Amino acid sequence: MALIHLAILLPLIAAIAIGVIYRYYKRLHLGWFVLPVPLIIVIYLLTLVPRVSSNQLIYESLAIMPRIGMNFDVYIDGLGLLFAILISGIGALVVLYSIGYLSHREDLGSFYVYLLMFMSAMLGVVLNDNVLMLYLFWELTSISSFLLIAFWFMKERSLYGAQKSMLITMGGGFLMLGGFILLYIMTGTFSIREMLNQVAAIQESPLAPLAVVLILFGAFTKSAQFPFYIWLPDAMEAPTPVSAYLHSATMVKAGIYLVARLTPLFAFSELWVWIILLGGLITMAWASFNAIRKDDLKAVLAFSTVSQLGLIMSLLGLGALSVVTGANEEYFSIAVVAAVFHLINHATFKGALFMVTGIVDHEAGTRSLKKLGGLLTVMPVSFTLTLITALSMAGLPPFNGFLSKELFLEAMIHVGDANFSALADVAFIFPLLAIVGSIFTFIYSILLIYGVFFGKRTYDTPKEPHEAPALMLISPAILTVLVLVFGFFPNVLSGTIIDSAAMSIMASDTPLETHLYMWHGFANPALWATVFIVITGTLLFYFRDKWMFIYDYHKDRFTLNYLYDQGLIYSRFGSRKITDSYMSGFIRSYLVYIFLFFIVMGILTLLNTGIRISFDDMAPVGIHEMAVVLIILVSIAVILGTKSRMVSIIMLGAIGFSMSLFFVFFRAADLALTQLAIETVTTALFLVCFYHLPKNSRHQERMRFKLTNFLVSLGVALIVIIIGLTAYSNRLFDRISEFHIENVYELAAGGNMVNVILVDFRGFDTLFETLVFGIAGIGIYSLMKLRLNRKDGNNEEHAEESRI
Amino acid sequence: MELITIILSGILIGSAVYMMLSKSVLRIIIGTALLSHGVHLMLLTMGQLKRGNIPVLDEEVSNYSDPLPQALILTAIVIAFALTAYILVLALRSYRELGTDDVEQMKGVPHDD
Repeated sequence: MALIHLAILLPLIAAIAIGVIYRYYKRLHLGWFVLPVPLIIVIYLLTLVPRVSSNQLIYESLAIMPRIGMNFDVYIDGLGLLFAILISGIGALVVLYSIGYLSHREDLGSFYVYLLMFMSAMLGVVLNDNVLMLYLFWELTSISSFLLIAFWFMKERSLYGAQKSMLITMGGGFLMLGGFILLYIMTGTFSIREMLNQVAAIQESPLAPLAVVLILFGAFTKSAQFPFYIWLPDAMEAPTPVSAYLHSATMVKAGIYLVARLTPLFAFSELWVWIILLGGLITMAWASFNAIRKDDLKAVLAFSTVSQLGLIMSLLGLGALSVVTGANEEYFSIAVVAAVFHLINHATFKGALFMVTGIVDHEAGTRSLKKLGGLLTVMPVSFTLTLITALSMAGLPPFNGFLSKELFLEAMIHVGDANFSALADVAFIFPLLAIVGSIFTFIYSILLIYGVFFGKRTYDTPKEPHEAPALMLISPAILTVLVLVFGFFPNVLSGTIIDSAAMSIMASDTPLETHLYMWHGFANPALWATVFIVITGTLLFYFRDKWMFIYDYHKDRFTLNYLYDQGLIYSRFGSRKITDSYMSGFIRSYLVYIFLFFIVMGILTLLNTGIRISFDDMAPVGIHEMAVVLIILVSIAVILGTKSRMVSIIMLGAIGFSMSLFFVFFRAADLALTQLAIETVTTALFLVCFYHLPKNSRHQERMRFKLTNFLVSLGVALIVIIIGLTAYSNRLFDRISEFHIENVYELAAGGNMVNVILVDFRGFDTLFETLVFGIAGIGIYSLMKLRLNRKDGNNEEHAEESRI
Repeated sequence: MELITIILSGILIGSAVYMMLSKSVLRIIIGTALLSHGVHLMLLTMGQLKRGNIPVLDEEVSNYSDPLPQALILTAIVIAFALTAYILVLALRSYRELGTDDVEQMKGVPHDD
């Protein structure tokens, strides 16, 4: 247990304290108590930056279940540290923001406990070296996301969104676990670092493509890539701080983290590169295209998040090329740098945009673009923040988004240079998709600014809008300042964290010495791409009424959401139908299943092993024993045949007493005595109940009913006989009773072996038997008592029962 | 002898299954009682029959019959009794409350197959 383990678990520990504080101290907003937690973590992590950027990696192991290879191994390199700083840093800002956003009336205790749980889980994901632990934390993020989306659980949409996100992300996570297990089969380890040493083994394994697909399922569902993005827009039902934190800045980037982390492992795979590159680009273009028709501000941001995640994903796909074709390929190592840089930039501008949206929602009471407008004069600070961050998102200079966007365009334009698979043949697709996606990104960014702050004041907002209190403005303001700082001084980042993160993605030791700058000269194609994007975007925005009709062709029946809803309905319907088909509610049916299973298993075992029965070692048969056998057989026949209850009870007694005779013949004196006593009491008990039971012991049963019963019981009888004979004929080991016989006097100082075994060698058995007896007694007593209370009848019988 | 007792216990268990599959509560209870008899006999047979004396320590005897199955059966007899007594009372109570001893009518839906 090192300090870093403690740092990961600190939010969880704090969550307990928060729960207690919330119960007893309500004067101060709970958020103030939570705020120090991410602050402490982020400060601690920042102190690690110099060590990591000088390539001194941190590794601390903590064995949890070493026998199955599940250890809490913390491994910190540039990539992990970058994510961890984002998580705790944005976490601190979000907590600060939430103090203003959530009022005292909300259930703050649950909110912050879930949020802290998420923080721990997410730190655990990005700082872990062990894939099993990674999976554990991964699912914990899904659970906390589920709880946070359903925070306003009175709203049906919240529950729908929560369920959707959980089904999709957990389904993907489960498949990812399958991928991890395949990796273990290929390499024999759960540690990512050790897997990296065995890339050759993975490369040769036929399982590798399957592992790639399974792991990408996990990454794509979590990072809301096409076609799994549908859960993210519905997740926007969560409170805005949650959307800003989980659903834009951190949790949805877990998939990106995973892809980045495993890039050195799978870069050789064409499948990996193609899926990530194309999947990312399609997601980017499709989501930004769809963002424009949304009316809800948060829905626009959700689609925009999906689109930006696709952008980062596709960059990682290109980055894989640099690993496989060598880090010298300049454009592809640029892609990795761009991915890391854009990851940071996206966290800053999207976090701020979400927070401002929350402010607008909070102050104006609506997020509908139709109702908002002309807020420039009443909310000047929010406007400034939106202007800067949205333009950064659109990829305009001089903001940080421009820098990473240019790197992205540059990398996409140069895809054709790659000497990999058929990439060069279809190279035109990539810049095309990238530019189309960027145009729509530009349009919705402008739409955000224009729709909320310009145009006519509509005056039909539920609340009279005014500028937000300073408390809510601090966090987005800090993020906006970062947008500017990273825009003007990008090399603050590149030297410290971006390089080391990019190096861990490419698994290289050579320092990159990246230098980011705004002006690349007129010869740079990315510059002209940006110019083209801005001009086309502006034109399309200006004439948007002329072409928006194309969205009308996007029918609801053909959407992925429709598919999901129908799938959910039919899977419920189908599973109910399947269950109902065999869970009939009749005990007899269940008994038949059990016995049939017994017969089938018996037959299969016999077929498998063959029957080996010998009749050598048998005791002689005496005439008196045969008489008892005959009595039992006749009694059974009578019980099976008779309609009278009296006769069957007497015959059952006869069998019981015959059994005690058997015990006498077979040298089991104790058994004979016990059986005699018990049988007497049992018969008496039957007769007592007989008095109260209905006259006919049998009901009309159809022939088919009887035949099924007969066949099942015949099968059971045969299997039992064969098992008995086989077990008797094949003794695999010596009797263990010899131990008891030899030691009965030595160890237990007793003569009667059966007694000694019961009370000494197997004393606990007998103790629990007494317990069972006691429980049965209490059960019987309470059953009788129940009736007495309700009907005040029959004390006589109660006495009879309790005596027994 | 062992052959006979194994077959007998098979018959006991088979008829117990037949009884347990029927509709009447009393027959089901008789079935469980029969089942325990069958199992006891089977257990006892597994320790070999009639090979030696009663398992009580004696200076002059060197050959005892197997005490372990006997101990197990003793436990089983008592537990079987507790079970029988409990389900009997349960049957009685449910008959009083529901007015039927047909397990299928207890559920309220006629079913015959």
